[in-house]
Amino acid sequence: VSLSAPGDAPPPEPGGTVTVASRLGGFMRSGGVLVPVLTAFLAFLAGGVVVLATGANPLSTYKAIFEGSGLNWLFPWVTGDDRTLAALNLQQTLIITTPLILLGLAVAIAFRAGLFNIGGQGQFNVGAMAAVFIATRMHGLPGVLHILLAIAAAMAAGGLWAGIAGFLRARTGANEVISTIMLNYTAIYLGLYLFGQGGPLQNDTDKSVPVSADIAQNAHLPVFWGDPELQGAHVGIFIALLGALLAWVLLERSVAGYRIKAVGFNPDAAEYGGISSGGQIIRAMLICGALAGLAGSLDILGWQFRVATNDIQISQLGFYGIAIALLGRNTPGGTVLAALLFGALLNGTSVRNLDPAVFDPALASNLTYIIQGLIVLLVSAPIIGTKLLGLIPGRKAPPKEEHRVVAVDRSEAA
Amino acid sequence: MSAGTITARTAAVTPRQAAWGGIALAGIAAYLALPPLLVRSPIPSLVLAFAAVALGAWAVRGEERRLGGAAVVIGLLAAVGSVAATGADEGKLNDVFVWGALAAAMLRYATPLIFAALGGLVSERSGVVNIALEGMMLSGAFFGAWGADVTGSWIGGLVVAVVAGAAMALIHAIFSVSLKADQIVSGTAINFLAAGVTGLLFVQIYGTEGTPDNLPEIVEVHLPIGSIPFIGEAFAQLSLMVWIALALVPVVGVYLFRTAQGLRHRSVGENPLAADTAGISVTRTRYLAVIASGMLAAMGGAFLSIGFVHSFNQGMSAGKGFIALAAMIAGRWRPGQTLLICLLFGFSSALAQRLPTFSEGAATLFQTLPYVVTLIVVAGLVGRSRPPAADGIPYERH
Repeated sequence: VSLSAPGDAPPPEPGGTVTVASRLGGFMRSGGVLVPVLTAFLAFLAGGVVVLATGANPLSTYKAIFEGSGLNWLFPWVTGDDRTLAALNLQQTLIITTPLILLGLAVAIAFRAGLFNIGGQGQFNVGAMAAVFIATRMHGLPGVLHILLAIAAAMAAGGLWAGIAGFLRARTGANEVISTIMLNYTAIYLGLYLFGQGGPLQNDTDKSVPVSADIAQNAHLPVFWGDPELQGAHVGIFIALLGALLAWVLLERSVAGYRIKAVGFNPDAAEYGGISSGGQIIRAMLICGALAGLAGSLDILGWQFRVATNDIQISQLGFYGIAIALLGRNTPGGTVLAALLFGALLNGTSVRNLDPAVFDPALASNLTYIIQGLIVLLVSAPIIGTKLLGLIPGRKAPPKEEHRVVAVDRSEAA
Repeated sequence: MSAGTITARTAAVTPRQAAWGGIALAGIAAYLALPPLLVRSPIPSLVLAFAAVALGAWAVRGEERRLGGAAVVIGLLAAVGSVAATGADEGKLNDVFVWGALAAAMLRYATPLIFAALGGLVSERSGVVNIALEGMMLSGAFFGAWGADVTGSWIGGLVVAVVAGAAMALIHAIFSVSLKADQIVSGTAINFLAAGVTGLLFVQIYGTEGTPDNLPEIVEVHLPIGSIPFIGEAFAQLSLMVWIALALVPVVGVYLFRTAQGLRHRSVGENPLAADTAGISVTRTRYLAVIASGMLAAMGGAFLSIGFVHSFNQGMSAGKGFIALAAMIAGRWRPGQTLLICLLFGFSSALAQRLPTFSEGAATLFQTLPYVVTLIVVAGLVGRSRPPAADGIPYERH
C-alpha cells in the first residue's frame, strides 16, 4: 500500500452517512499507481476485442491511434518528417488535454466532498458561452485584461451552474446527480437558443450559420509551441497545470480542503466536529463549476475561437472528466496523467488523425465511449482492483476490507 | 399518512389542506385565462392567484413548508401566466391549448418515462439504485429498431429490445450485487457503455443512412370514442405501449404492496439482513429486480424508436432515463405518485412542443421546460421522501 496514496482517512463509522468517496475508499487507498494502470490496460484490452469484432485489426488500430496522438514524439528514434508530424499531433493532444485536466478536477474535487458531479459538461458549456460573450464584445481592452476578464466570466458562469446544484443539495436535499444532469440539458438548449439562428448572440456576418461571432484577435491565448496558424499548442495547458497544482494545495495542504474532505468522508462526524456540511457542499460545487467553466474558456480562447451550436450538442468532454477523475484516483496528479491518456485517445481517434482504412473514425469515437465506460465500470467495484493486484506475481493482495452493513440516514440526501 | 393526523391540529382547516386549496385555486386561475373559457381580463385570475399565494403563505407559517411553498410558487406562476395569456393573441391560445391533443401528447411523452420509472421503482425497492435506466432505455431504443428491422415485425423488435435491456441490467446486477460496486458509479459506467455500444452498432450497421424509413411500428389502439369531445381526442388513437405503460402501474403497485412476493421484495430493500435471516435470498431478489428494471426501461426505449419517433438516432434517450429516475424519487417510490409526476413531465414536454407558436425565436428555449420542471420538482418535493432503507448499499453476508 503506497503511503503517498491520499484518501487515508478512516472508513465511515456504522450509522453514519455513506458517501461515494467513502465507498470507493478501497480503490483510492490500495495499490499506488498499479491499479489504475491495470484498470486502463484491461479497458483497452476489452476495447481491442470490440475493434476485432468490427472486423478491424486491434493492433494496427491502436498503433494508428498512438501515432495520431503524437506521443511517439517522445521517442528519440522518430526523426525527419515523422517527427514533424508527431510534433503537430502532440500539440493537438495537448490542446485537448487542457480542458480535460480541469474537467477531471471538477469531478475529482466533488468526489472528495462526497458529491458526484455529472454536470461538468453543462458547466463547461456555460463557461464557453460566457467566455465567448466577453471575448467578442470588449474590443477596446488590452489583450491580457481581455483574456483575464473572459476567463473570470467563464469561471463565474460555471460556478453559478454548479452552485445551483450545490445549493439545492445543501438546502433541499435534491440529489446532485439528477440536478447536474438536468442542468446539462438546460445549458445545451440555452446555447442552442443564444447562438442558433436568430439567437441574440449569433454572428452578424452569416445568419444562416448557427455560430457565435469570432472572438477578438487580442483575446486569443498565445501559442508557445508550433505554428499559431496550424493551431500549435497554446498556453492554456500551463493554466490547467496551475489549476491542478492549486487543487493539490487545496486538498492536501489547506484547512479549506480538509473541511471539504471531512464532509466527503463522513458528513455526520464533520458536523459533530463543527463543520457545516451544507456550506462545504456549496463551496465544493462552486470550485468544481469554476474549474469546468475555466476549461470552457480555455477551449474557446485557445482553440475554438467561437461557439457553434453543433459543438454544444455533441461535446462530451465533460463526461470524460468522470472517467479521468476516477482513473486518476481523484488526485490532482493522477487526474493530469489520466487527462493526457484521454486527450491522446481523443486526438488519436479524431477524423483528422485516424486513417479510415485502419479503423473508421465514426466507429472510433464510440470505441472511446466504450473504453471510458469500461474504466468507470472497473473502478466502481474496488474488489476488482484488489483482485487485479493479487494477480501480479510477488505482490500480495491487500487484506480484504471488512464490509459493514450500515444504516444510512438519507433523509436529507436523495 | 396525512399531516393532519400527525400534527393533530384542532383548527377547522389544517395548513396542509390550505396549501392544497391554494394549489387548486392557482389551477383555476390559470384555467380561466385559457381556452375554452378565455376570460380576456386578468383581474379574476389575479384575484384567485393571489388568494392561492396567501393560502400558501399561511400554510408555510403553519409549518407546512414544502406544500405551502409549492402553493406560493404555483400561485405566482399562475399570476404571471394568466397576465401573459390574457395579453396574448386569442387565435394562438386556441392553437396551443387544444386540451385533447395536449392530453394525448402528454401521454405519449410520459410513456417512456413511466416504463423507466417503474423499472427504477422495482430495482430500488430491492435496494439497488439504478441510475443506468438511461443507458438501458437507449439500448432498448436501438435494439428495438434493429430487431424490428431484422425480424420485420414490431413484436420481434420489442422482444430484442427487452433482451438487450435485460443484458445491460445483468451487467449492472453483477457489479452492484455480486461485486458490491458503488451503484451510482457503475450505473454511470453502463450509461457510457450503452452510448458507445449503440453508437458503434448504429454506425456499423446503418452508416450515414440511418435506420430504414419502413421500420415496422408498434400498433396503435383505435377506440370508437372519437366523437366524444376531449376524451375522444385524447384517447381514441394511442400506441399500444401507452396502454401497456398505464396498465403496468397498478400491476407493479399490486405486486409490491399486495402480494407476499412483493413484501419479500421490499423487505430486501429495507432490511436485507432481516430478509436473509428469514430465508429470502437477497442476491436472487436483487438480480431479478434489476433485470426486470432493465426490461422495463428497454420497453420505454423501444416505444421511443419504433412507437414514437419511427427511427433511431445516437443518444436519442436524451436524459429521459434520468427524468424517470427523478419522477420515481419525487413520486416517493410509489407507483401511483410516480405516474402523476411522469404525467407532469410529459405535459411539460407536450407544452414545450406547442409553445413555439408564440415565439419562433424562443422555440429552443422552451425545450428546457421538461428539464427545468424536473429540477424544480426534485428540489421542491424530494426532501420529504424516504428511499428504501438499504437502497444503494451492497449486502454482505457474515
